[in-house]
Amino acid sequence: MAAILSIDKLSVDFLTPRGTVSALRQVSLDVPRGSIVGIVGESGSGKSTLIAAATRLLSENAVIRGGTVEFDGEDMLNLPPDRLRALRGRRIAMVFQDPMTALNPVLSIGRQMIDIQYRDRLDRAGKRARAAEMLRRVGIPDAGARLDRFPHEFSGGMRQRIAIAMALLGNPDLLIADEPTTALDVTMEAQIIHLLREQRREFEGSILFISHNLGLIAELCDHVVILYAGEVVERGTVHDIFHRPSHPYTEALLVCDPARLSQASRALPTIGGEVPDLIRLPSGCIFAPRCPKAFARCRSAAPHTHVVTPEHTASCHLVPS
Amino acid sequence: MPSGAVVTALLEVENLRVRFRTAGPVRAALTRLGEPFLDAVLDVSFVVAPGTTFALVGESGSGKTTLGRAIIGLVPIHGGRIRFAGKPLPRGAAALARWRRDIAMMFQDPLASLSPRHTVRSLIAEPFRIHGETARDLDAEVRRLLDLVGLPADFAGRYPHQLSGGQARRVGVARALALSPRLIIADEPTAGLDVSVQGEILNLMAKLQRELGLAYFVITHNLSITRHISDAMAVMYMGRFVEHGPTAAIFARPAHPYTHGLLAAQPRPDPDHRRQDVELKGEVPSLLRRPAGCEFHTRCPYAQERCRVEVPMPRATAADHAARCHFPLGAAR
Repeated sequence: MAAILSIDKLSVDFLTPRGTVSALRQVSLDVPRGSIVGIVGESGSGKSTLIAAATRLLSENAVIRGGTVEFDGEDMLNLPPDRLRALRGRRIAMVFQDPMTALNPVLSIGRQMIDIQYRDRLDRAGKRARAAEMLRRVGIPDAGARLDRFPHEFSGGMRQRIAIAMALLGNPDLLIADEPTTALDVTMEAQIIHLLREQRREFEGSILFISHNLGLIAELCDHVVILYAGEVVERGTVHDIFHRPSHPYTEALLVCDPARLSQASRALPTIGGEVPDLIRLPSGCIFAPRCPKAFARCRSAAPHTHVVTPEHTASCHLVPS
Repeated sequence: MPSGAVVTALLEVENLRVRFRTAGPVRAALTRLGEPFLDAVLDVSFVVAPGTTFALVGESGSGKTTLGRAIIGLVPIHGGRIRFAGKPLPRGAAALARWRRDIAMMFQDPLASLSPRHTVRSLIAEPFRIHGETARDLDAEVRRLLDLVGLPADFAGRYPHQLSGGQARRVGVARALALSPRLIIADEPTAGLDVSVQGEILNLMAKLQRELGLAYFVITHNLSITRHISDAMAVMYMGRFVEHGPTAAIFARPAHPYTHGLLAAQPRPDPDHRRQDVELKGEVPSLLRRPAGCEFHTRCPYAQERCRVEVPMPRATAADHAARCHFPLGAAR
């Protein structure tokens, strides 16, 4: 079955006064229909640029240097604006990191949930009923009466549920969730992850889930893509990534997660060094300056994408091909 | 805490209560509001020993930050006692300034807590200026503090926007260390940091503790770091300590169902052990309408009739380990 979203060799630069920032380089990933794909990356890895490019929401100073983005077979990078508008918010929906700023504070949530259905040929009462039904589905009690409330009358967790309900109103084929639980407490986070898993079963769409929290990725995703400094360094099934990591960066990330240490320890593992400056890229492998396993070739030649199994690839000279 | 513990305690907090006014006296009288207050911190008692780390965990709004601010004298207390090295929390600005030389604060958002118009040098030297320590060689002090937190000396000329998240944290640590405090209150010291950088900051704090004999009071909602960095901990719910004891004991045998639920809510980085259900459902009730009986009964999977009517008192489940629960986990039910 073809992927709903297919990104191939995508490269994006930002033109800044300091120079050209190579934010994404040759990034490829597929989101198969009905699956949840997780993108893991630290600050500056290009996660946000990747989803902005996929939805054509890049800022003015961004230049797409090459590659393709296909959504359900359509060439996203060359779609006219009206076709893009028809896709966004309907077939592609997004849930953002901060539920406090994603909703308009001066409109009731019912009004916002009705407005978002502007494309539907349904009367106002019908749209209101659909909005209430969707709120019930995401676990908001007393949904009908709550529609007349304003965002500030809800807690952060409730607001994120509302944001998810609004995203699902269009019955999207692809839901992009950008760190949707970062602003929430663990108890609410667990409930939102549970909700996303349930909703995937109900709406039968795909989810692209962006996070730096490995625990959440393991809980939710089928496939995982590891992004480092603008490159995909490894991708595979969730089991490949967590049980058989092949890239030293993936290994280091897993080691650094304090939740994975079996013994309590005051000396926590870290990844030495810093993310490279994307204006002046190092030669060779992008991770070599921080890699504990780097050898001479790593500093001179960039590794190819090595195939471990058909679903599992890693860009490292140490992976046998 | 019993008075016999005085010798070993650096910070002692006893039956602390912090309340905020929710309506002015006129409006309260007109609307016949019984008590126009909400209790943000209630019946809180604990000690922090010198050179140790005490972690405070709980959900947003549980009162963690308010408790931290009360200790440093930033919010007035309405009952109970706070003592540091045997001395009670003073009144008056001059006495509080002296109090804050011994107890320093690391604020939650490092970038927001650093003034964008000041250089790192000026930010690190600020505590000396505030406390009238201008006779010192400030450049030497800034170099010493930068070195202590692992930043190169040339960072002194940078502005906050030129710092990464981890570097801004280090500057926050340097500012807190400036006046050689004995206790640092660290409010969410690693929130918003990547895991690799989080480890660096926590390792730095551990190193400083070893070298300088510092004690930490760490406020966090991150249980996975709590296990590694703290000696003792407390779990706060609606302003009360619902469980309190040695960190290792609480992680091994959580006694309060809320603690158990918090631990179960931590995502496990293992795709073979996915949770099928959520243990702690719903949200924290409003502090303006505290539930009767045990305040956790509205969310507790084990609540019984007694929990709805009778307020549980802290009871010891082991040495130094207590929980406010009628039916603590692991005990005979």
